[in-house]
Amino acid sequence: MSDFLRSYLTVGLFGGLAVLMAVLILGLGKVLRPTRAQRQKYISYESGVDPVGDGWEQSNIRYYIFALLFVMFDIEIVFIFAWAIRLEAFGFFGLVEMAIFIFILLLGLLYAWRKRVLRWV
Amino acid sequence: MIAVLSSAPSAVGVLADLSYWQQTVIKAGVVAVVIPTAALILGYVFLLKMMSFVQSRLGPMEAGPHGTLQLLADGLKFLQKEDIFPEKSDRFVFAAAPVMVLVSTFLLYVALPVGPDAVVSDLDAGVFYVLAVSSLSVVGILMAGWASANKYALIGGLRAAGQLIAYELPLVLAVVGVIIQAGTLNLQGIVLAQANGEIFGWGAIGFPYIFTQFAGFLIFLIAIQAELTQPPFDMPVAESEIVGGYQVEYTGFRFLFFFMGEFGTAFVFAGIASVLFLGGWYVPGFDVDSNWLNLLGPIVMLVKIMAVSFLVFWFRFTYPRFREDQLQKLAWKVLIPVALANIVITGILKVAV
Repeated sequence: MSDFLRSYLTVGLFGGLAVLMAVLILGLGKVLRPTRAQRQKYISYESGVDPVGDGWEQSNIRYYIFALLFVMFDIEIVFIFAWAIRLEAFGFFGLVEMAIFIFILLLGLLYAWRKRVLRWV
Repeated sequence: MIAVLSSAPSAVGVLADLSYWQQTVIKAGVVAVVIPTAALILGYVFLLKMMSFVQSRLGPMEAGPHGTLQLLADGLKFLQKEDIFPEKSDRFVFAAAPVMVLVSTFLLYVALPVGPDAVVSDLDAGVFYVLAVSSLSVVGILMAGWASANKYALIGGLRAAGQLIAYELPLVLAVVGVIIQAGTLNLQGIVLAQANGEIFGWGAIGFPYIFTQFAGFLIFLIAIQAELTQPPFDMPVAESEIVGGYQVEYTGFRFLFFFMGEFGTAFVFAGIASVLFLGGWYVPGFDVDSNWLNLLGPIVMLVKIMAVSFLVFWFRFTYPRFREDQLQKLAWKVLIPVALANIVITGILKVAV
């Protein structure tokens, strides 16, 4: 196995380790804890009042536009990362290219700002 | 004494001669011990004691000398609590959510270097990996909020997602300045670049990037504060509004996993900040691949991590909670433009100088 794949095998193993640790601790808890079922214990908590309606109510999450902006910016950042590593090799050319790129990005942000979608309503 | 000192570095050196599987087992054991310990240290030193002193009280004093064993006692208590699944909850997702948060914390520790050889896995795209994995915990939080079938929990989960959307960008953009200067994504490479650098032609202490990336460091600190959902960015768990948000239906150790995840992640994020901005494990005056650094590096890193954590918790105890609109405003109208300007200026200086 190549070193590259092996370094990510370690990542996978550590994910498994976390699950194992959770299972071990909860298993130990299972030995120690009591189980006395009462109907009231399993009702959703709403500050002591009997719950009204369903837990999965529809609500306005309000940040739909923010989420779209986030996706846009997040993808641009992938390009910025690739450019940042190689900036020394690209030199002045790379700098101008990225200046234009970030300018367009900022223009988009300014447009959103001017259109008042960055305002929480 | 001298014999102990001279044999200790070679003990770390021996690790490199073991096979992959033997190394992995040892490292897994170390990390499995370090994460709860880190959560306990940060929890005791900062959450219990420093918070008490900030608020002019003594904090826990009974369990152990000065209350040192308080968190262990709490852990034992949580272990014995009844395990309750709300009847309307989605049981599988409800059980998986805290584990997801814990997985995210474990994966973060994989990339954190504390010495020339003392790293679990020296990933080529270290910084990128850390930023990607750190957002996994928000998936866990969203799962917890949704699966609880509780209105408070749902609101908390959605608030956490909104906060991630706003503060993931400054976090990532703040790091780009460091990457431009170091020219690599590898965390060890970034430490070496700082160790070999010079400040105005004087290289005695290396070149910690905090001197040139101070704006980046501040943005990074603010963004990790938000990622950790600590006050003043604790809208998702706001106990006075939505009684703990996504944690409201969790009992016993399932609840404590969120706590362990939060403090374990605070520890490792402080470590990442020290690696990126404060020079990492490098001690001035040593050769960068000297075996001594495998021994001194973890100690230096611990000191730096405690220093950065102190800043994080200082903000936490000092400022009141942000409102959601103020939170989004700070991210989109201040942090992101400043971070973009920082990238452009760093790029210009890198090419011109």
